[in-house]
This record gives sequence, structure tokens and C-alpha cells, in this order.
Amino acid sequence: MARAFTPKVITANDLLEGDVIYFTAEDTWTRELSEAELITDEADAQLRLLEAEKQNIRIVGAYLADAKAGPNGPEPTHFREEFRRTGPSNYFHGKQEAEANV
Amino acid sequence: MYKYNEFDEAFLAERNAQFRAQVERRIDGSLTEDEFKPLRLMNGVYLQLHAYMLRVAIPYGTLNPNQMRTLALLGEKWDKGYGHFTTRQNIQYNWPKLRDLPDMLDALGEAGLHAIQTSGNTIRNTTADHFAGAAADELTDPRPYAELIRQWSTDHPEFQFLGRKFKIAITGSSADRAVIKAHDVGLQVVEQDGKTGFKVVVGGGLGRTPMIGQVLREFLPQADLLPYLESVLTVYNVLGRRDNKYKARIKITVSENGIDTYRAMTEEAFMAIRGQYDGTDQQLLEEIKTHFQAPEFRSAPTDAFDAAYANDPVFRAWADTNLHAHRAEGHAIATISIKAHGATPGDATAEQMRVMADLAEQYGYGELRISHQQNVILPHVHKNDLPAIHATLKAHGLATANIGLISDIIACPGMDYCALATARSIPVAQEIATRFDELKMEHDIGHLQIKISGCINACGHHHVAHIGILGLDRAGVENYQITLGGDATETAAIGTRTGPGFAYDEIVPAVERIVEVYMAQRESAEETFLETYRRIGMEPFKAALYPEAQKKVA
Repeated sequence: MARAFTPKVITANDLLEGDVIYFTAEDTWTRELSEAELITDEADAQLRLLEAEKQNIRIVGAYLADAKAGPNGPEPTHFREEFRRTGPSNYFHGKQEAEANV
Repeated sequence: MYKYNEFDEAFLAERNAQFRAQVERRIDGSLTEDEFKPLRLMNGVYLQLHAYMLRVAIPYGTLNPNQMRTLALLGEKWDKGYGHFTTRQNIQYNWPKLRDLPDMLDALGEAGLHAIQTSGNTIRNTTADHFAGAAADELTDPRPYAELIRQWSTDHPEFQFLGRKFKIAITGSSADRAVIKAHDVGLQVVEQDGKTGFKVVVGGGLGRTPMIGQVLREFLPQADLLPYLESVLTVYNVLGRRDNKYKARIKITVSENGIDTYRAMTEEAFMAIRGQYDGTDQQLLEEIKTHFQAPEFRSAPTDAFDAAYANDPVFRAWADTNLHAHRAEGHAIATISIKAHGATPGDATAEQMRVMADLAEQYGYGELRISHQQNVILPHVHKNDLPAIHATLKAHGLATANIGLISDIIACPGMDYCALATARSIPVAQEIATRFDELKMEHDIGHLQIKISGCINACGHHHVAHIGILGLDRAGVENYQITLGGDATETAAIGTRTGPGFAYDEIVPAVERIVEVYMAQRESAEETFLETYRRIGMEPFKAALYPEAQKKVA
């Protein structure tokens, strides 16, 4: 039997800011993983990635990252994506800093 | 110190203008990322986990106060108020914006600094002994040769698209502080029959296949430096593999073909290339050497130093660990630790950079150095100025007395910043330093080098650490392997793995157990960790690290 498909989100970096962004169901980009589209169908994943890459003029390096459904939207399953959505652990910089300033 | 001439200035200004236009074309959509990426990498611009990263070269680790102030300015104006000094005598900024990068490069250019060839498959920043021109044990200042190599390799048309990156290190001392045996090419300035030349080592490197370099030439006359280097590179460019990125480094070329074949091919190429050099390079070298003349070291009593050393235990502890013998009487080489316990190894704030620049200007004959061990050095200071220097350092969190000790840790940026990383390095370094500071043991432990890499590419030099730590991703969890017995000096050696790795929360206790074994087993306080390891071997350390496995065997 084929292995079960792990849900995915599409993530990239913003061209100008360089920060982490996520693709939404509305074909826009968000800074919040929780607002990303969680892709649960393997057949959709590559098509959605192609859709995201149409916006390559504003983004860099889109890829499919494993994620899971959480109470407030998608959550990371791997610590790399956890760091990307939070920021470094040695300073309060990156997304954690941006969120604190909201 | 080398000062740019009109050619250098014009070249850099033109190059920066080109990059500015490339950035604009990327932003307006004329360039795709695939087209833009090699262009930005040639100018030191990476895209990391959270942001762009700019890597600026500090050629042979030498800076003047104005350049250090420019590095501070970049951190303050376009980053988050700090910079990160790396294991290849570069500085990295972790948070620049794409539109700001051309301005940052222009500011650097005005200070005689650049980011050219700090990335890509080219000849990278040539690193040098950070005590060059100052150490008592040095034969010759190697930096004029490093500058000659910088000028020759910058934009060298034949070597812009090598199979892989290419790293050269140089020392003028038989005490190797530049890790020359772990570089693609390592150079040691030597003398033979009264003539200056080089011992050439080739094929060293760390990464996934660590190797200690082998001697390619015992003595290369000074005048043959560039044609011979060109020959080494030409052979590599042709013979080196391009089918597999991981087998494309010269260490693989040398090991697959054998050092004798590599030597024969290099000598053959050299016969053809040598004639193309008409002596212009040697004239240039003589001109470069005038930039590196030693300062007029002053003659003065050392009474203030002696008094502080006798009466101030904090100063004495710092002097005992952070000073090194200088070649001029009454002088010392002072290493400023930018590794306060619990801080990020290699990070300095803009304010700290300015303080160090001011100290260099006031007391240090206008010179600063950056070491591959991620510290800053005042290479020339009169001993009598050291109490005042120490007081200023203390006021700015820069007086940590830990050079060469267990908390003087090399750590790569790791998963906190690096897109290639498989685990974090920085927090592991922070926790080890904090733990041993709490134990108040580190001066008793003595010389012990811990080096941490957050992936197999080994930017943190873990293979040549006394205790090396390699962070990996094991089934989605951080896991740390330990190696023991590595050596980064002239007696270079690759460390040996202890066994299975340790979880993130197990790694600090594991290091503690290793140190406990050493403390219990050493014959005297003078026997260093590395000496003890070489005497007693791996087994006692294994027994302490893996008690369960030992029980099973019993």
C-alpha cells in the first residue's frame, strides 16, 4: 500500500524582505503559517506549487513543507519549519519579534 | 596595512554599480531567481532561513579602525545592531533587505572592504594567521602574499566557475594558527638557504569527508607563488570531478588520483605557466610589502602592567589567558573574547565594534584582527596600556578571560539561521559555556577546544576540535555526535567519533562527563585534555558516555 500523504503547506521567502511567507487558498502570501492553505490531497500539491511559482517575481524558492492541522490552522511537523515560523533561538528576532510589536 | 589604489577603487565601484543594477533587474522582473542567484552569491548575498545574509570578507583577518567602524555602521543602519564573525575571517549580517544590499556594499567599498567571492565556486577569502606580523614565533608576515593572492584571484576569469569553492590559508609561523592543513591549499612561509619561499600543502578539508592536507612542495621559491598556485588550480579545474557536488573538492581529486600524480601534473602545468609571468607580479608584491611594514614599536617601562598584574586578580586572569607573546619588547598580542559566557560565539554589537576600533586607534597602532576562532585581536599593544584597555573592555562586556578555554567555543550559525543546517549549534555553545562558568572549573580544566557544527559541512570545524560536536537531524529530532582528539594546529588530526549521538538535552551533560574523565585521569594540571586523550585513548571516555553498553559487554 502506498504511504499516506502528509499534508503540506507552500512556503517561500519574500523577494524584498527575505522573510518567511506562506501561500494561502486565495493565491496570496501571508506571514502567518496559521493562515496558510493546508493541502491534504497529493494530486493538488504540485498544482498548487505551480500556481505559487507563477508569482516568482515577488517570492524566492517556493517549496512544499510538511504540516498538520491544528486548532488555529496549519502547524509545523518538523523543527526546521518551527524555527522558520518563529525566528532564531539566540535572540528575540524574526517573526517572534514582529509579532511582539503588533 | 594594504590601502586600495585607484585601480582597486575603480574596480570595486564598477562591480558594486553592476550589482546595484542586477538587484534592480531582479526586482523589476527582468531577471529570474535562477539568473539572479549566481550574481548575488558572487557578491556575498545568501538567502537564509529567516532573511538574506551578507557575508563580507575581512582579507587575512586584518582591519583598520575605520573599517571596523564601517562594519559597526552596517550592523546599526541596515541590520539589527550586530554582526557575526565567522570561522573564515568573514563577518555576516543576518537581517539585510534586498534593496539595502547595494548601499551596504557601497559603504564597504568606501572603507576598502568588499563581499566579492565570499560565496560561489571560486577562490574564497584567503585566511591567515591572526597573529601575523606580531607573533614572537613568526618567520615572516604572510599577509603581503595573502594580499597578492587576493588581487590575483579576484575576478580571475579562469577560476570563476570551479567545480567547487576553493579555500587558501597562509601562515608565516611553524606554529599553525590558520589551520592550513584543513584547507584546499595551505601555505607556510619558510626559509631555505637564506631564501624565502613556501611549503605548499594541498587537499585538506573538513565537510563530509574530512582530510588532512598533504605536502605538494616542500619548498616553493617566493617568485613562483602565483604561477604555481595557478598550476594547482588549473589541474584541479580539469581533473576535478563535476559529476557529484560532494566529490568536487580538491581533497577528493588528490585522494582519488594520488598526491604523486597530482604533483606531477602540477609541475607539468607549472612548466608551461611559469613563462607567462614576466615579473610584474613580483614588482606588485614589493609594492604591497611596503603597506605591511611593522609599526615603530615604542620603548617604555612596563611598571603599570606589572602593578596591575600583581594587585588585580581579574586583570591577572585575563592577562594569563588572553595575551600572547609579541615579537617586540614590552609588547603583547591581546585577544578580545567575543564569547562572554552564554553569549553567541562570534557576535559583536555595533557599540562593541566601535569600542574595539577606538582601542586599536588609541593603543593598538591602528590595527585589529579577526581570528577563525571568532574573536577579535589587538595585535600590537604595549603592556603598559593593557590595564587601561582591560578596564574599557570590562565596561563593554568584552573582558571575558577565556581564550583557549572550554567556553572559547567555535560554533557555526546552525539551524538558528542557516538554510543548510540540520540542527542548532549556537544554543549548545551557549549552554556549555554557561554550565562550565557555573562550575567555576574552566581555568582549572585549561586548554580545551570545543567546536560545534550544525551540519555535515563542518563550518564549525568540529573535526579538528579536542571535543567536536556535530548536530544532525535524526528522524525529525536534533541529535549530536561527539568526536574526540581532533587537532587544528601543525599536528593536525581528525577527531574520532565516540559512538551514538545524544539528544539536545543530553549533549551538555555528555560534555561534562567527558571533562570529568579528563580531570580524573590527567597526570597533572599541566597535561592538557588532548595530551590525556592521546595517552589514555577513547575507551575511558566511552565508558563514561555509554555506561549501558559497557554493562551489556560485561
